[in-house]
Parts: sequence; structure tokens; C-alpha cells
Amino acid sequence: MDEVRPLLELTGATVRFGADAALSRVDFRLFPGEVHSLMGENGAGKSTLIKAITGALRLDEGTLTLAGDRVEFADPHAAQRAGISTVYQEVELLPNMTVAENICLGREPRRGGVISTRLMNARAAALLADLGLEVDPASLLGGHSVAVQQLVAIARAISADLRVLVLDEPTSSLDLDEVAELFRIIRELKSRGVAILFVSHFLDQVYEICDRVTVLRDGALVGEYLTHELLRIDLVQKMLGRGVAEVRARGRAVDDAPAGEAVLRARGVSSARGIQDADLDLGEGEVLGVAGLLGSGRTSLARALTGVTRLESGVIRIEDADVHLDSPRRAMSLGVVYSSEDRRRDGIVAELSVLDNITLALQSEQGMLRQIPAARRRDLAASWVEALDIRPPDLDRPAGTLSGGNQQKVLLARLLALSPRVLVLDEPTRGIDVGAKVEIQNLVAELAENGMSVVFISAELEEVLRVGDRVAVVRDGRITDTVAAADLTADSLLALVAQPGEDEG
Amino acid sequence: MAATTMARAPRGTAERKPSAVQTFLSRHGGMMPTFAAALILVLLFIGAEAFLRGDFITPRNISALLLDNAYLLVLAVGMTFVILTGGIDLSVGSVMAFTGILGAKMLGAGVPALVAVPVMLLGGAAIGLMIGILVQYFGVQPFIASLAGLFLGRGLAYIVSLSSIKVENDAVLWLQSTRIKLGDWYLTPTGIIALATVAIAAFVLHLTRFGRTIYAIGGNEQSARLMGLKVGRTKIAAYVISGSCAGLAGLILTAYSGAGYPRNGIGTELDAISAVVIGGTLLTGGRGYVVGSMIGVFVYGTIKTIINYMGAEQSWMQIIVGALLLLFIVVQRAIVARSEGRR
Repeated sequence: MDEVRPLLELTGATVRFGADAALSRVDFRLFPGEVHSLMGENGAGKSTLIKAITGALRLDEGTLTLAGDRVEFADPHAAQRAGISTVYQEVELLPNMTVAENICLGREPRRGGVISTRLMNARAAALLADLGLEVDPASLLGGHSVAVQQLVAIARAISADLRVLVLDEPTSSLDLDEVAELFRIIRELKSRGVAILFVSHFLDQVYEICDRVTVLRDGALVGEYLTHELLRIDLVQKMLGRGVAEVRARGRAVDDAPAGEAVLRARGVSSARGIQDADLDLGEGEVLGVAGLLGSGRTSLARALTGVTRLESGVIRIEDADVHLDSPRRAMSLGVVYSSEDRRRDGIVAELSVLDNITLALQSEQGMLRQIPAARRRDLAASWVEALDIRPPDLDRPAGTLSGGNQQKVLLARLLALSPRVLVLDEPTRGIDVGAKVEIQNLVAELAENGMSVVFISAELEEVLRVGDRVAVVRDGRITDTVAAADLTADSLLALVAQPGEDEG
Repeated sequence: MAATTMARAPRGTAERKPSAVQTFLSRHGGMMPTFAAALILVLLFIGAEAFLRGDFITPRNISALLLDNAYLLVLAVGMTFVILTGGIDLSVGSVMAFTGILGAKMLGAGVPALVAVPVMLLGGAAIGLMIGILVQYFGVQPFIASLAGLFLGRGLAYIVSLSSIKVENDAVLWLQSTRIKLGDWYLTPTGIIALATVAIAAFVLHLTRFGRTIYAIGGNEQSARLMGLKVGRTKIAAYVISGSCAGLAGLILTAYSGAGYPRNGIGTELDAISAVVIGGTLLTGGRGYVVGSMIGVFVYGTIKTIINYMGAEQSWMQIIVGALLLLFIVVQRAIVARSEGRR
């Protein structure tokens, strides 16, 4: 295939946000008639690269060529005119208009300046039939399922002169049949010579549909591979970018059941499109590491355990009593607290002071009317700032001005002020510097020694091994293994995370 | 390319063919509130007819309904454009008063109608343009921008004259006094103007790119922009249309009352909004029909007529319209919730 000239080629692409490079000197090429996957964990630079191709972001350095000609797109519309269409994860269509209008809007067939609804419906029907979709073009889009809406979005994309189709996590809200339908259409387009960039974090799907994979990590290119030549475990290793396996045995004798009495027990826990049939035991003073790839269900698990999402089935018992965690508030009152992976969006209130951020949850638990006295709040916040070594130790500073690591500590302080029994931390060390990372890891260990039970989710396998007493592996929405950390090496854990069985040897 | 790729069985062929009712609902579910408004109008007619023992549905009454509410109908048409984009225009009542009194003053000073009438329309359009620019380029909330337009229009009306100005111009009075008769039915030129406005608006909204862009903006402005539609221009145009309609309504009201009066139309913007909402247009934009707004105006006018007939307090008018509005907003919420639930 390499003798064919690439349809789209990105050379030395660099995009900076302020001082940080979100993408640095990345080469990427896309051939006609191929399905190409872009892989990487959160923050690897996938979406930045897509935006650079589709004209949503400008390159700071590097060139983009389309069919050999150097191009620069001012906006997504310019890219569309050049034949590059994008279908986003969230359907960007108009639910209040008909299917045909959504396909034809902006280029409706007209007769003497008047839109011909009949011609428009006929054109849409032809396009939809072409994709093997039986949808009434005159029906309102909003009445159809997300899957059909997504396919209509693709129909809109291909109704233009399409050369490159970018599918940004198109399958995340589709069920299996719908994914099969989408793949059929992708193969159809591929056979017509369209170059398809397919972004998904589902490994199975990538292996099923893609010819070629480009792996990014931390904004840099790791490499470009043919899918059938790349073992799944190697792909995962390249995505996670582990160095030499350096495993520190924790020296505690723990097997795959928690030592002592379980504080929290989950049986058969399932939540909508996230985690299925998960069993989990968490002992007193135990740290349970959770390892899994992005999209594996690791966050869904955390949210199901803490009342953020409702359970579809299954039971959660806390100290042998069945509990019904229907809201985070209920979970908090039972001593189960959750720290979100996205601390900027779901956690820290950037405009409020450190003091307010720390006492927020405690005040909320007390209720609006029983105001905690100001002096008491100040003492409390000051003690946490000291205990967690939050820098600078200025209680009145807006929390948004702190560094990532210190923001994370403020969040931890907020949760710890509730004196919880179970702490669920979703990627608490993401995007913070190494020093702060170690401090947080040590803090977790200290908390566990004092009897707190912790669920620790991380994308970094070493970290999970270092912090956890046991490790639960999440894959495709299921807890597939629970193993004592001492029995694992980074390599064997990697194998479990990627896929068991055939690739393991 | 269509013929070559039909080898595979299309999705869902095994399912039974949807019934005609299902097809209709999937295509025109958005019309339900408008049908409901038409139903209420019919019920109002039947109820009034029964209550007044056959004295209500007469050609004279029905003809007067259009005549008396022609200005409101024109305002409601303009308002429909703005509400369909997801905005609101509070200025129309006072813009109508301003253009009305301006026209009366010009005609009184001997300016020919051929000049005065276009100036009235342009005056309305200019205030609409100002509101549109504030909304689109300065990011001002439509509520606030059109509130500024409301105060501006009212202030300008008082500057033109503090008291009523009688209109003696034959051409303008002709609009009102001419009766095209068919038996006991009659139609005035003002009524024809109002109906023509509805017809033109319906054509523009449904059969031109501009009209479909109005709906697209109301559906999701961001998506409309990503689809490469001319969002900014279209939004401003919606306010210009609403302003021009207010200017036209000023002309109709001046002809109807034979005078310009600077205190005309206080609160009329709310009547127009009520009529649009009762007619089934969603306040969040994207769904609704200009014909529905016409039905809404007739519902409004009929309630007013019935209350006059019964000799009841005018406050009942407000209470009934308020109750109807509440009912319709609840119905709309239910429809929106249902269509979201199905996804």
C-alpha cells in the first residue's frame, strides 16, 4: 500500500496552547480507501490532531497536504469544501427538522429559488438507500434513535464530495447491532476510495475495522503500524508507554480476598452502558487499585459505587447492610465519597477560595441552616492545608490559581473533611507533576493505614500496583480479574488489561 | 452510484410497514400544538354559539374578527420569525405606536401616502435592525436588546406627538373603509394585507433557504453554524422582519382607528407573544407555524368578542388568556419531553 501516495499528509505538526505543546512534531498520513485508527489515552493529542485536520485548530508549525497540494483551512467549513467531513461523538444535527432537511440543509435542490421538498426527499431517500438505511426522509430527525441520527450525520457527510471522513468516537453511544451497521457503511465507503479516520477507544472495534494504526502519547508520535502486524498487547504498551518494568513488592501478605471484614461489598452491579455484573469487595484499611483502559468502564464502576449513576441491577452492601445509593448525597451520608477524574469540571470551584472549597461538602452535609461558624471553618481548613501540605498555604486564595497537584489536594481535603469510610478516587494523579503524584500516593497509603478503605483508579499501571493492595482489572465493562498486587508485575498486569488468553504468552 | 450498492437488505425490512397514522405522526408531530389551538378555536365558536343561542357565528362577527385583529395578526407573524430563532421581540407594541404616530404626523403635514407609508415600514425595520445587531454582534440577550427597542420606540412616539393626531388622508382611510362584500361577509384591504402577510411568511419559512435556516437556528444554533448556514445574517433578518411587521401594523392600526396615538399598543407585544405561543410555536425556537400564530390571534380575538358580548369584566380576558397560555406551555413541555425521551 505504501507505493500509493497518501491522500492526506500531516508533517511535523505542532500545536501549542500557551507554553504547553498539545501536539509536537507529529507526522500522520491517510491513504485513500483505508480505515486508519488514531490511538492514545486521555491527553495524548488525538482530538488536537483531528482538529488540526478538520480546520478547527491552526497548526503552529508543520504542513498539511491534501492530494499533494499544501492546504490551510481557516475553519471547518473550508475543510468541508475540500472534501473533509467530520462526524462527532455528539450528533450535531437538528432534531426539529426532517431527516431529508438534515442531509440537504444549505444545499437543498431548488426550482426557481423555491425549495423543492419532493426533490429533496427523493435525493435523501437515494442517499439513505445507498447506505442501506430504510428511514422515511420526511420524518422528524428527533424521533429517531441516536444510532439512526448518527447514520444520518454520515449520510450528510457523504452527500458532499467526500474524500476524507473523520469519525470521532462514533460508537460510544451505539449498541452492538448498530455498530455492525456503522461498520458495514464504513466498509462501503472504503470500497469507494474514501479515506477514513476512525477514533475509538474500543480495541475490539479498532482490530475489526482498521487497516492501520497511529499511536500518540503525550502529544508525540509513537509510531504507525499495520493493525494485523501489531499484537494487542504491544498496542496497549505503546499507548500507555511503560518504561522498564520496575515493580516494588509491597511486602504485605494479601491474597485475592480482602484481609479482614469487607466494608463495602458489591454484587452483580450494572449501570446503563458502563459496567456490567461487577462483583467487588473492599476491606477495611484496604486500597483496591482499578486498572483498565480508557472506556473500559473504570469510571462507570466508580460512579456506580458512589451513587453518581443509578444501578440497573445488583446490590451494594456497606457493613453487611443493603444500601440504596440513589444519589451522591446518600452515598456521602453513608461515608462513601467520590473524587471525579475531571477535577476542573466536576470538582474544584475555581472562583471560590481554598477555604470555601475545603468546607463546601461539609457545610452541604450539615445543611444550609446550620452554618458552621467561620472560626471553626477556618481552623478546619487550616488543619487540612497543613496536613496535606497544600502550597501556597493561603486559605483565601482562589482555588483555580493553584497548581494541578494542589487543586487535587484541596479536593481530597474536601472529601476527607467528611471523615469518610470509603474513598473512591478516579485518576487522582492525572495531569499533575511527579512530585505531587508521589505525595498523593503516599497520602493514600497513610489513609489506608489509619483504617480508611480506598478505591484507586489510574491509567498508570505502575501506580496502581504501587498503591493498591489488590488490583481489579476492568475490561469491556466487566471486572475480569481481581489479583493481589504482590502477585503481579507491570507486564502481567498489562497483559490482563489488554486481553487475556491468546496474547498473554 | 446508487444502483451498484443495493446488494444488502436494507435495515428493518422485516418489520411491518408503519401505519398511516404513525407515518403522519413521525412527519408532523410538531404540528400537534397547532392542531390543539385549532381545536380550541372550534370549541370556542361552538360554545359561544350555544351560549348565545345562535347569535355568535354570523358572517358579520367572523368578518369583524379579522378586521379588528388585523394589526395583531401582522405583529404575530413578525414575532413568529423571531421566536422560531429562539429569540423574543418585546419592542413591537411601541414600534407600532411610533410608526403609527409618525405616519399620522407626516400625512397631516401633507406628505403623500406613497412617501409616508414606506417611511413607516423603514422606521420599524431600522429599530428591528438595531435589536438584531445588538443580539448578534454584541451578544446581548434578545429580552434586553428588544426591551431597549421598546423604550426607544415609545420615547420616539412621544417625541413625534404627545397627543392623538387625526388622519384625513384618503388613501390610508380607504384601507379601512372599503368593504369588499360577498353577501353578509366582507373583507377590508387591511384584512387582505394581514392575510397576505401570513401567506408570504408561510411561503418564506417553508420554501426558501432563508426560512429553513430560521428553523435550523432555533433547533441548534451551533449545529446550524457547523453546517455552514448563514446564521448571523439570518438572525438579524428575523428582527428586521419583526420590526417591519410592527411598522406595517402601525399603518393598519392608524387606518383602523383613523388616528395616530402615542400610547397605542402598550402591552400589545405580550398579546402578540401569547398568540404565537397559543398557536403552537415553541418559545425555545425551531418548532411552530405561522398559520398557528394566525389561529392563536383568532383564539385571542374570539375570547375578546365573547367577553364583550357577555358584558363581563375585561379582566376576565386577561385571566382566560393567562390560563390558556399556561395550558399551552405545559402541553409544549410535554411534547418536548416526549420527543427527548424517545431518543
